[in-house]
Amino acid sequence: MNRRKLSQNAAFSLFWAAGIMSVLIMAVVVGYVLVKGLPGISFDFFTTSPRGGLSGEGGIYSTIVTTFYLVVVTLAFAIPPGVGAAVYFSEYSGSTVGSLTGKLVNLARFGVDTLAGVPSIVFGLFGYAVFVTAMNLGFSILSASMAGACLIIPVIIRTTEDALESVPSGYREGSLALGANRWETTWKVVLPAAFRGISTGILLSAGRIVSETAIFFVTLGGSYRVPHSLMSGGRTMALHVYYLAMETRAFDRAMSTAAVLVGLVVVMNLGINTITGRITGKQR
Amino acid sequence: MSTRNYSLFYGGFKALNRISIQIPSNRITAFIGPSGCGKSSFLRSFNRMNDLIPGVTTEGEVCIDGRNVADEDVVQLRKKVGMVFQRPNPFPKSVFENVAYGPKLHGVKNRSDLAVVVEKSLKRAALWDEVKDDLHKSGMSLSGGQQQRLCIARAIAVEPEVILMDEPASALDPVATLKIEELMNELKANYTIAIVTHNMQQAARVSDYTAFMLTDENRAGNLIEFGTTKQIFTTPSDTRTEDYITGRFG
Amino acid sequence: MTFGTKRDCTQKIMRTVLLVSALTSVLIVVLIFVFTAGRAAPAFHEIGIWKMVSDTTWRPGSGEFGILAMIAGSGIVTLGAVLLGVPLALGSAVFLAEIAPEWIAGAVRPSIELLAGIPSVVYGLFGMAVIVPMVRTIPAPGNAGYGVLSASVVLAVMILPTVTSISELAIRSVPAGYREGSLALGATKWETVRRVLIPAAKPGIVSAVILGLGRALGETVAMIMVIGNSAILPAASTGNPLSIFLSRARTLTGNIAVEISYATGVHESALFATGVVLFVLIMLINSSAALLLKKGVR
Repeated sequence: MNRRKLSQNAAFSLFWAAGIMSVLIMAVVVGYVLVKGLPGISFDFFTTSPRGGLSGEGGIYSTIVTTFYLVVVTLAFAIPPGVGAAVYFSEYSGSTVGSLTGKLVNLARFGVDTLAGVPSIVFGLFGYAVFVTAMNLGFSILSASMAGACLIIPVIIRTTEDALESVPSGYREGSLALGANRWETTWKVVLPAAFRGISTGILLSAGRIVSETAIFFVTLGGSYRVPHSLMSGGRTMALHVYYLAMETRAFDRAMSTAAVLVGLVVVMNLGINTITGRITGKQR
Repeated sequence: MSTRNYSLFYGGFKALNRISIQIPSNRITAFIGPSGCGKSSFLRSFNRMNDLIPGVTTEGEVCIDGRNVADEDVVQLRKKVGMVFQRPNPFPKSVFENVAYGPKLHGVKNRSDLAVVVEKSLKRAALWDEVKDDLHKSGMSLSGGQQQRLCIARAIAVEPEVILMDEPASALDPVATLKIEELMNELKANYTIAIVTHNMQQAARVSDYTAFMLTDENRAGNLIEFGTTKQIFTTPSDTRTEDYITGRFG
Repeated sequence: MTFGTKRDCTQKIMRTVLLVSALTSVLIVVLIFVFTAGRAAPAFHEIGIWKMVSDTTWRPGSGEFGILAMIAGSGIVTLGAVLLGVPLALGSAVFLAEIAPEWIAGAVRPSIELLAGIPSVVYGLFGMAVIVPMVRTIPAPGNAGYGVLSASVVLAVMILPTVTSISELAIRSVPAGYREGSLALGATKWETVRRVLIPAAKPGIVSAVILGLGRALGETVAMIMVIGNSAILPAASTGNPLSIFLSRARTLTGNIAVEISYATGVHESALFATGVVLFVLIMLINSSAALLLKKGVR
């Protein structure tokens, strides 16, 4: 009997070690980047643009602008089809099982699942082939955001669908019983009720866009200037970290930019957790 | 088995109020009463399954063979006191593995010894004939009634002294229920059985002793009356018991 | 009533509009396939897919486009990441699902979620700054720290959140009756976890690992920054076979990213072909994970 207790204690200490180690890893990675990066951060850092060249002088102003525009335009491209698709899956597809439309729905779902699995670099290649060259849009925010939209549509669809599904069916029944049709119910009752969850999904997608590198590497070009139109190229903060680390000796500035990125991620995570009203991050 | 002034609290809420009872060995004792009166919670006190719920505290004593269950090692206690649940819960393993699970834990390693225990338990649970041709098929592929008898065999395999049954037949059809009731009658020769049931007729059919429980005005469960089944059902002493038996409420 | 018809009209139009939105993803997938395969076709045609996949020499200047070295690079790095990351992830999953008191789980889970949100370029940077110098201290000829080991360590940390959260979900989804039944038979908590819960959660856990694998294969930037990017077949540099992990290498993803900016003609087409191979591999892996997940988390 003691043997069984002993073996449980041994096993459980291993599991404790695993849990603690995971937290430690997080602390080390985040901590290192912050410690190395924060000293380099100043008001100037945010307001001047990189000056290019080997020394990596300058701040990150242009990258902030580029990142911002990229997020906005990408979301603009991605949200309508993404939310629309999720609405269809959640509200309209229940009655179509077996029919032709039903087969189309299955196809659509398969499309979403497949798209979710495509690696970022392949999206980049796609964007390069279609938008940058075939459509002759060149390295530009436009090309990059269209490619980026393809990347995050599955994320928006999944989170929106989740949000829609957690709206109590009682709301829908109540609205339909009052004589509203399905679209009116969706537009006036269900979507507003799911607003929180949908915003979370959008925030998550924004975070994804900020963090992505490979896809924009091939569609944005590497210009360090402030973009002046949708057709301008540029670099996001994430790309800037890459270029600094690989092409210049300004490791400290790379760390500072990385620290800004990490700070953004922490803030965004906190934001998401507060919106959904929980700190524990429980699974679905 | 016995309890003395036993009370159970979920956090600040008193769920069971100072219950004292002496449950005779090798007999079937049924606990009846309206739903929510604490019968299941009381049953679970004997094998300390309530420990799994956070915030549970107790007062008073619960004893088996004269020893307080709180002082015993919980793992050994649960070997001595087996439990069958309302919803049959066989593991997603073969019939053999289900029954052998308990004995393996408690020290039986030898393959042939295990086979002997499995056969004996399945026979005692009146399931042997139905599964003996394929002990390696999944426990989940049996019917509801068979699954429940499998769970009974599983509980028997660790050689308990007591078997607690929490509404063992309520999820089963009438034919399966009858089989379980016949089984209980056979089992009492070797085990002390305590069963919770909301089905009064079942209690009357199957048990030797009956305990009637009711919630008081604070929603705590109390033991109202305890006696032989014959006495409780024909000449109850308490009017509340009589009201329940005759269906005036419940 | 005209009013009713207008509402009806809107309803019907929206229904179609939304269905079209739903099919957008399919359209995109088809477009991706058409365009990348299209750009890859010249390479497949001129070089031949079998030759590309079995040749270890990648020297675009001399017209050699064998990607076997990159397949091996991706493979060994992914293997390393799985070996390092999966045990830790599973341990954390069990810890969170069964062992940690709720308030501790409440602190650990968001930490792991935070790891999921950190940009891959930051992981690459961390790898360059911390992991590579550490690996450099291992004595072996030609070891500058950049190579498979550094990449595996970084990748292991990157797949940790994915594998942990899906495994935890799988374990939590095991019906409570199993847990109760086992404990009621006198099993200890550990015995219950080991003999009942984990076996029951196996399909979900396996799919979590496979998903982590897919994620590892698709990672680009972090890999470029720490793996050395030599288009060679990873090889042991000392007598010890384990030193293969110190070898420099290049992943399929890295191959594309590093050369796409200056590649033209057949070279560029070969890079697209690399993309197609990668895409197919990951699709295969992800569909097997999805199948297993359906079986395990219901």
